[in-house]
Amino acid sequence: MTKGSHLIGACLLLGCLTLSASSLLAQNPPPLSLPLRGPTPLDQIAPAPRMTPPRNTSQKESRNYPEQPPVIPHTIDGYQVDLNGNKCLSCHARSRTGDSQAPMISITHFMDRDGQFLATVSPRRFFCTQCHIPQHETKAPVENDFVDVDTLLSRAHPGGARR
Amino acid sequence: MTAVETPRKPSLFGRIFRFARDLWDVLRRPSSVFSLGLLVLAGFVAGIIFWGGFNTALELTNTEKFCTGCHEMRSNVFEELKSTIHFTNRSGVRASCPDCHVPHNWTDKIARKMQASKEVWGHLFGTIDTREKFLDNRLELAMHEWARLKSNDSLECRNCHSAVSMDISKQAPRAAAAHERSLFTGEKTCIDCHKGIAHKLPDMKGVPGWQ
Repeated sequence: MTKGSHLIGACLLLGCLTLSASSLLAQNPPPLSLPLRGPTPLDQIAPAPRMTPPRNTSQKESRNYPEQPPVIPHTIDGYQVDLNGNKCLSCHARSRTGDSQAPMISITHFMDRDGQFLATVSPRRFFCTQCHIPQHETKAPVENDFVDVDTLLSRAHPGGARR
Repeated sequence: MTAVETPRKPSLFGRIFRFARDLWDVLRRPSSVFSLGLLVLAGFVAGIIFWGGFNTALELTNTEKFCTGCHEMRSNVFEELKSTIHFTNRSGVRASCPDCHVPHNWTDKIARKMQASKEVWGHLFGTIDTREKFLDNRLELAMHEWARLKSNDSLECRNCHSAVSMDISKQAPRAAAAHERSLFTGEKTCIDCHKGIAHKLPDMKGVPGWQ
């Protein structure tokens, strides 16, 4: 490359930057809604919101889509899940569901990654809270416009959703 | 040489025996100086002092501070207790070591204290003086406590959590159902389900109710 081409390149870059800067300045900024962090200025730390109590019931929550790992409707404080033992399985294991009346872990939990069924829980499915989480009674900071698939289907076929 | 010296200087055992015999001679004779009343009074006062001292010393060994005086307890089980509900909770009631591990009833307490002499042995000879040794022995140690609580029907739990004063309508539904099914029928005792509530668990393979 020659010196001349460097100069041309630099001029072009400068031109672009000036253009974009002027177009930004020219636009009116969109009206800001209250940001997630609240009205606190950026250089200050807002007080943390209060912790909310966990949901503690025995009622199943319906899933938002078929593959969703079911959420945990009860508290799991102090539940030990490690190499030594799995407190969740004390109720949700196949052999324990008779006593506990808890739902059994799904049979997919016995599959290894090649789809082969094992006799016991597959190690990759052992750590429950990787997918299943307890819930808190809290107000969502942003509105959620998620629509589940049944609603979508009923929109596509007005008058009768295929389920 | 030694055979000649032995009769002149009695052995330690011989001296102790002679001292005990002399003491016994004094003790079995009636007092010729002190009145019976004074002796009774002195015995009474001495009894209070000794009994009080004994109980004070006993209570001193029944404190969280005493238990965590040894690093085996302080850096293993006590650390684990700190994150559980028996250490901090909404009502601010704390169950410390002796509340669960020493019976409150006097006779049982003394029996447990005598058993604890083995723990002194363990401390002196470093049975669990490293984290690794502690983890290796954890199953055995835990099984001792499970067996103890199982055999006394979870007495130390029930010192605070009695089934009679338990209002299951205030419990979470699944806890209420489990207590109604297993606890009130006497089918199970606390420790059968509530293992590892204050400390981390050992390898639970083969323990009933665990996977």
